[in-house]
Amino acid sequence: MPELLLELFCEEIPARMQAGAARDLERLMVGALSDRALMFEGIKAFAGPRRLTLSIVGLPAEQKAVREELKGPKTDAPAAAIDGFLKKTGLTREQLTVQSSPKGDVYIALIEKPGRDTATVLAELIPEIMAKLPWPKSMRWVPGESVRWVRPLRGIVATFDGEVVPFSYAGVASGRTTLGHRFLSSGEIEVRRFEDYEAALKKSHVLIDSEERAAIILADVKNAAFAQGLELILDEGLLAEVSGLAEWPVVYVGSIEDQFMDVPEDILRLSMRTHQKYFALRDPKTKKMANKFAVVSNMVAQDGGREIVAGNERVLRARLSDAKFFWDEDRKRKLESRVDDLKGIIFHAKLGTQAERVGRIEKLAGEISNSFGADVKDAKRAAHLAKADLTTGVVGEFPELQGLMGGYYALNDDEPDNVVIAISEHYGPIGRAKASENPVSNVVAFADKWDTISQFFSIGEKPTGSGDPYAIRRAALGIIRIVLERGYRIPLSGLPNFSQEILSFFVDRLKVAMKESGQVSHDLIDATFSLSGESDLTLLMMRGAALQDFLKTDDGKNLLAGYKRAANILKVEEKKDNRTYTSGVDESQLPESADKALHAALSKAIAAIGPALEKEDFAGAMREMAALRGPVDGFFESVKVNADDPRLRENRLHLLAGLRAALHRVADFSRIEN
Amino acid sequence: MRKAKTFQDLILTMQNYWAAQGCLILQPYDNELGAGTFHPATTLRALGPRPWNAAYVQPSRRPTDGRYGENPNRLQHYYQYQVILKPAPANVLDLYLGSIREIGLDPALHDIRFVEDDWESPTLGAAGLGWEVWCDGMEITQFTYFQQVGGIECDPVCAEITYGLERLAMYVQNVEFVYDLAFNDQFRYGEVFYQNEVEFSTYNFERADTEMLFQHFKDAEKQCQALLDGDRKLPLPAYDQCIKASHAFNLLQARGVISVTERAAYIGRVRALAQACCQAWLASPQGAYTPRYSDKGHG
Repeated sequence: MPELLLELFCEEIPARMQAGAARDLERLMVGALSDRALMFEGIKAFAGPRRLTLSIVGLPAEQKAVREELKGPKTDAPAAAIDGFLKKTGLTREQLTVQSSPKGDVYIALIEKPGRDTATVLAELIPEIMAKLPWPKSMRWVPGESVRWVRPLRGIVATFDGEVVPFSYAGVASGRTTLGHRFLSSGEIEVRRFEDYEAALKKSHVLIDSEERAAIILADVKNAAFAQGLELILDEGLLAEVSGLAEWPVVYVGSIEDQFMDVPEDILRLSMRTHQKYFALRDPKTKKMANKFAVVSNMVAQDGGREIVAGNERVLRARLSDAKFFWDEDRKRKLESRVDDLKGIIFHAKLGTQAERVGRIEKLAGEISNSFGADVKDAKRAAHLAKADLTTGVVGEFPELQGLMGGYYALNDDEPDNVVIAISEHYGPIGRAKASENPVSNVVAFADKWDTISQFFSIGEKPTGSGDPYAIRRAALGIIRIVLERGYRIPLSGLPNFSQEILSFFVDRLKVAMKESGQVSHDLIDATFSLSGESDLTLLMMRGAALQDFLKTDDGKNLLAGYKRAANILKVEEKKDNRTYTSGVDESQLPESADKALHAALSKAIAAIGPALEKEDFAGAMREMAALRGPVDGFFESVKVNADDPRLRENRLHLLAGLRAALHRVADFSRIEN
Repeated sequence: MRKAKTFQDLILTMQNYWAAQGCLILQPYDNELGAGTFHPATTLRALGPRPWNAAYVQPSRRPTDGRYGENPNRLQHYYQYQVILKPAPANVLDLYLGSIREIGLDPALHDIRFVEDDWESPTLGAAGLGWEVWCDGMEITQFTYFQQVGGIECDPVCAEITYGLERLAMYVQNVEFVYDLAFNDQFRYGEVFYQNEVEFSTYNFERADTEMLFQHFKDAEKQCQALLDGDRKLPLPAYDQCIKASHAFNLLQARGVISVTERAAYIGRVRALAQACCQAWLASPQGAYTPRYSDKGHG
C-alpha cells in the first residue's frame, strides 16, 4: 500500500525543541488523517538539527466514500431557516428527504461524499498541520506575510507512493529533493520513499533519528573513554542536547591542562557542561574526574580532528583560566571576612541589604535549632556564613554554584564539618533528592526560606497567578519538604512575622504538593485545617492521614454519610428556624432507645476525642468516632427528626448538632468530597 | 584559502567580501555605541519596507567590561563587524559561511555549529531569533533575524551578522592574549590599545564624574524628547541623543551608582526614547532620495 514521506527542512532548529516538534507533527498528522477518514498502518516521526521527517505507511490510494446524514429544520419551519439549510448543504428542496420525529417532520439531507485521491487530500492537509505546529518560539521571515516557523523553512519533501504531493508553504514548494550534511555533502539528493530517503541521507552524513544519534554518541564516548582507561560521567540531559546539535555526531577527546585539576570538580564540570557541552570523564576506580573531556562535533574533519581538538582545548583553557583565577583569588580571603561585604549588596529595595537578611536568618536559626535537634552554635555559624559566597568571583561567574562554593571556602577555612555541609546544602532540597539528613543544614535552609517568604509577604510582594518573581512558592515547597520528609515539629505560628495569610498560603502549597505526591487528598487537608487552624505541618499531615485511613473503612464511610445527612437536615431546619442548634440536649426528652443510644455515644465520644487529639493519638480519636457509627445509623433508621412534638424535634436537632460538633473536633467533614 | 594574518587583514578581508556581496561599506558611527546594532544604519534602517544591505566596523564601548588590560579577552573598547541584510536573502547562511572561509577558517577542518541564541536588547526594545555560531566550541558570531526594533515589528525581516573581531582574530592567529594580536606586520594590538584599556578602565570605574553623567543623561533625554515633539520631528538628531543617554547610563552602571531597582527604570527610559525615535523615523522619508539633475553619478 502507498506511503507518505514528508520532510520539513529548515535552518538550525534549537536542540531543546526538536523532540517536541516531532511528537506534535505526528499527533497533528494522526488527527488530520482520521478527520478525513484516512486509515494507515504505521507512522514514525523524526527530528534533527535541520529537519523534521514523517513517514506513514499503509495509506489507501483514495479516501472511502462517505455518506453523511445532516438533520435540518422542521418541515413547517420558516422559509429562511429552510433556505439556510439548503445553502449549507448545497442541495435543492426536492433532494431532501423527510423523517418523522416526536417533534414533527424534519428535513434530512443525505450527502454523498465520493472518496478523493489521498494525494489530493494530503496536499490540502499538510499545509494545515504545518500552520498548527506549536513551536515554543517561532519567527517571521517571509516579507509581507505572517507565516511563522522556528527558523526559516528552506525545503519540503512530500511524496506519496513515490510521486510529489504538490503544495507550497511559506513560499516553499514541495518536491522530492533535499540536502545532506551542511559540510560533508554537496548537491541535491533525490528521494522517492522513506527507505531510500533514510539510506541516501545516511550516505550524505545525516542520521535522521535522534535515538540513533544518541546511541552512537553514547557508545563512542564510552569507547573513547575506555581507550584512555577512563569511564564516562553520564549526563542524560547533555546527551539529549548534543544529539540535537549534530546531524552526524563524531566524538573527539581533548585534554584538560593539569594546572586546572586542583579546581573543584563542580566548577570544572559546570564550566564544561554549560559553556562548552563537553562530557566529563573519570577514573573508574577512584571516581575522580580525569583530565580528559569528550566533545561531540558535527564533523568528520579532514585532518582527523586535530584542529577541532586543539580549538576546543584552547576555548576550554580560556574558560578554566577564568574559573581558576576566581577560585584562587576567592581563597585569598576568609569567608568570614566577606560577611561584612554583604552590607553593600541590596537584597531588595524595601527589604534592605543581604547583611540585614543574614542577620535575620542567623537569629531565626538560633531560635529554631532545638526543634530540629541541631547544635545551636553550628546552626548560627552556618547561617552567618551562608550568603558570604555571593561576593566571590566563582559565584559571580557561575551563580548556580552558590552555596556549594560557600561550602568549599568554609572547608578551606577549617570551619566545623556541620557548618561546611550546612552552607553547601542550605539552598536545598533540590530536585528529587530528599531533604538533608543533617539537621544543621535543615535549620539554615528553613530559616532562609522562611525569611524570604515572610519578608516578601510583609511588603505585599505575594506570588500571583501569573508571576512569582521571588520564587516564594518554591521556598514554601522547600519548607514543606524539609518539615515533612524529616518529620520536624515546628508550628509556623511561633515564627517571626507569621500571619494567617502566610498560613493559608502554606496550606494551599501543601495541597498542591499532596496532589503531586498523592499522600493525603487535598480535601482532607482542607477539612483538617479549616477548624483546627493547625500550623504545625507535620501534625496537620498526621491528622489528615489518620482521617484518610479512617474514611477508607466501612465505619468511616457510613459515618461520613451520616454526618452529611445530619448536616443537611440541620442546614435546612436552622434556616427555617433562623437559629443555630448546639448540643444542649434535654436528657428527659429522649423517648426512643435510639435517641438514648446516640446521646450516650455522643457524650462518650465528645469526652474522649479531645484528650486523644491532645495526646496526638489520632488513631484513638478515629476509634472514638468509629464507635458513633452504629448509634448514628440506628438513629436515622428508627426515629423521625422532624417529630410532630416541637420540643422533641428541637431536642433531636440538638442531638444532630452534637454529632456535628463531635466530628468537627477532628475535622470539618463538610469539606470532604466523596 | 589564505588565513587573515593580521587584525587589519581580517577587517580588509571582511570589507572586500561583503562589498562583493553588494553591501554598502559604511564607516563607524561617530558616537559612543555599546554595539554595532546601535548604529542608525542598523537600528533605524532595519525598520520600514526599503531594502538595505550594509556592512561596517563599529567600535563598541562596554564600560563594565574593562579589566585594566589584565584579562586575556575582555575589553571595554573593542571592534564589531556588523552586516545587515534586508530582506534577509534565502542563502544568507551560505553567504555567512563564505565570509568564514574567506578569513581562513576552512569548514572541512573545523566544527562549525549554529547554537540557539535569541538576541534581545531591552534598551532598544529590539528582539530577534537566531544563533551564536560556534567554531570548535568557540563563539565567533552572533546571527539574528530581527523581529522587532523599537517595539515595532520588522517587515521585511532583516538578518544581522555580528562578528567580534578581536575574538575572531585571536582564533585565526592562534593567540591567547588579545594584546598579543598582530595588528599589522609591525604593530601588536597591545601597542595600539593596551594603554587605552588601562586608562579607560580607570576612568569608567573610578574617575568618571557621576554628577556630570547624571546631568548628561537628563539633558540628552530632554533634548531627544524635544526633537520629537511637535510637527517638525527630527528622528536622526533625536536618535543621537538617545545613544548619548544610553552611553551615560552605561558609564553610571560601571561607576556602580545605579541600584538594581533603578537600573530597570533607566533602561525603560532609554527604551522609551529609542521607540519614539523609531516611530518618528518610520513616519519620515526614511532616507528616500531622488537624483536632483541626472543619473550621471550612478554607475
